[in-house]
Amino acid sequence: MAVLRTILYLVVYPGLLFLFIYSTFCEWFDRKVYARLQNRMGPTHTGRFGLLQPIADFVKLLAKEDVVPEAADKRLFSLLPIFGLAVVSTAGLLLPVWNFDLAAPGPTSFSGDIIVLLYLLSLPTLILFLAAWASTNIFSTIGGSRVLTMLFGYEVPLFLSVLSPAILANSWRLAEIAAFYQKKPLLILPNLLGFLVAVIAVQAKLERTPFDIPHAETEIVGGTFTEYSGKKLALFRLMMDIEMVVSAGLLAAVFLGGFPGGALIGFVSFVIKTLFVIFLLALLRAMTSRIRIDQVVTFAWKYLAPLAVLQLLIVILLKGILP
Amino acid sequence: MKFQIPIGPQHPALKEPISLRMTVEGEVIRDADIRLGYNHRGLEKLAEDKTWIQNIYLTERICGICSHSHATCYVQGVEKLMEIVPPKRGLYIRYLVSELERIHSHLLWLGVAGHEAGFDSFFMYTWRDREIVMDLLELISGNRVHYAINTLGGVRRDIDEGQKAKILEGIITLRKRSEYYFHIGANEPSFVARLAGVGLLTKEQAVSLCAVGPMARASGITRDVRKEDPYAVYDEMDFEVGTAESCDVLGRVVVRVKELLESYKLCEQILHKLPAGDIVVKAPRKAKPNEAVSRYEAPRGENIHYIKSNGSDKPERLKVRAPTLANYPATVEMLKNGFIADIPLIFAAIDPCICCAERTVSLVNIRSGEETVVRLSDLRRQAIERHKNAPPKRNAVWPF
Repeated sequence: MAVLRTILYLVVYPGLLFLFIYSTFCEWFDRKVYARLQNRMGPTHTGRFGLLQPIADFVKLLAKEDVVPEAADKRLFSLLPIFGLAVVSTAGLLLPVWNFDLAAPGPTSFSGDIIVLLYLLSLPTLILFLAAWASTNIFSTIGGSRVLTMLFGYEVPLFLSVLSPAILANSWRLAEIAAFYQKKPLLILPNLLGFLVAVIAVQAKLERTPFDIPHAETEIVGGTFTEYSGKKLALFRLMMDIEMVVSAGLLAAVFLGGFPGGALIGFVSFVIKTLFVIFLLALLRAMTSRIRIDQVVTFAWKYLAPLAVLQLLIVILLKGILP
Repeated sequence: MKFQIPIGPQHPALKEPISLRMTVEGEVIRDADIRLGYNHRGLEKLAEDKTWIQNIYLTERICGICSHSHATCYVQGVEKLMEIVPPKRGLYIRYLVSELERIHSHLLWLGVAGHEAGFDSFFMYTWRDREIVMDLLELISGNRVHYAINTLGGVRRDIDEGQKAKILEGIITLRKRSEYYFHIGANEPSFVARLAGVGLLTKEQAVSLCAVGPMARASGITRDVRKEDPYAVYDEMDFEVGTAESCDVLGRVVVRVKELLESYKLCEQILHKLPAGDIVVKAPRKAKPNEAVSRYEAPRGENIHYIKSNGSDKPERLKVRAPTLANYPATVEMLKNGFIADIPLIFAAIDPCICCAERTVSLVNIRSGEETVVRLSDLRRQAIERHKNAPPKRNAVWPF
């Protein structure tokens, strides 16, 4: 029975199947919001309101011809999409939606899980870089170097801003952090600055406009994904979608007071809060134009990092004042 | 480490085939090389086989965006050769279409600039509003792209009061929207950060490299054929030449938006002053032996047609110098020491119309890099020889 439950946990809910369905829904939501902001319709045809469009895209990509370049490192090239998908799905298991019960923690809720989650969210960046490098295409190589250059920009502000609420809550466990802010909702307010920094950093992590530099199609064709096609590209796209859901979930858990109310109500608040974060990300995407790689690094170190440090300072001072 | 990246002949940033080869060091471009000839269609030669009237429709097809520019430039020249003067009303309608075309071309370019900069929302908005002017053009001429309104000695269709009212109404909307784009283009931080200081072309460079159109005007040169050498109706109109002093891509955006606003003014003036009378005079079938140069300010800059007649009903020679060709030397200068990320922006800033500028084919030897211009007969002979001697090669290697 325990084995069956574990399998269900990993494969159905909150594992692969749920993450797949929910992330495609989030992609639909993102596309729809983005389209409406641009005065377009967005997906309308497949399914009701075009809800099935991301799944249709996924299936279509699965059916496409899968080309592996002659010069590429074939094993690495083929393994990386699977590896990336595994990493982000594992990260998804750590969210405190399904680990809400503090008294009886599940196997994926432990002290320090926020660090593990951040680590697992950093890995896709490295996977993208390796994928670009393994495909040996000149556009991919430039894309790969851009992925890493950007990583140096946004990673530190993201860590600083996500960890400062944890410092205030005095815990490295996501469920405990969420519970702390549920008890004292007013303390969410001093973290708003960090939330802002984190949203921008997550936008950069997900490589969306204005940070879609590694795969800027007008400059370097497909960038990182130039040589990827068919199933592998489908898996990479799914990876990015799940990464978006997990990042949004992380921000919601840390900055927006988590998901109170047990399994069902907690789940509803998870949906609402992640969609809110994704809405902000879509808004940012629609309002800005792509900036240059040097501008990203300058921006990150000139504005994001100092703001994140300021947030940390606020939290430390607050901690001294609070009983 | 230096390496070459190929932009084109096929590349998502390019809507038409052209090859740009960038020698880059990291993200910085050290050298640029432009190669043309992927879209050569032999239009000039073809023109020698067609009559004066048929050639209007041929020249219109040199380009899809500035179709009216080429046709008008050609018609102006032929009218000079035939010594006919079109009636005023015909001229007014002809240049009304010209200005509407300029509006549609600049709106299209604004969208493209937004897309190249990764600002897709801007692209969607400008292209939505471009539909208004496309509809107006369809209202006047019946077509959205190749208007076919010109004929020797005037225009083919008249406009009535209802159409006039509709055009004026459309222009009011467009003006409001363009002012909004002016605001966005000058204020949205990430957009400005992307455009300001990119693709610098100083005033001296612009003069020495013979830049034309918005490129020259963005470098502070007041160069506009409509003002310098006013043809047809432009000496009766009140308008200004929009310029900018910033010499960069942002300046080119500003110049184009200013021109949009001037074009709205021009359209309104043309419509208000529209005289009564005929729209066309009868043109002779043949032209006396002579030659003519026709200048026209296309949306992209000065367009020149040289036409030579030999007394028959066909031109002996038609030479087209499209504005894009005049801007290529400046483009190479602008690309140097820029970033890879700026290639599409700088290249798009000249509003390249590649098929306009394709007047010859040059062959490049991939191994030695040697370039030669050959005659078609030589090319045919070479091809036959090659296929006789060498069996078709399998596993051909991608040259880059």
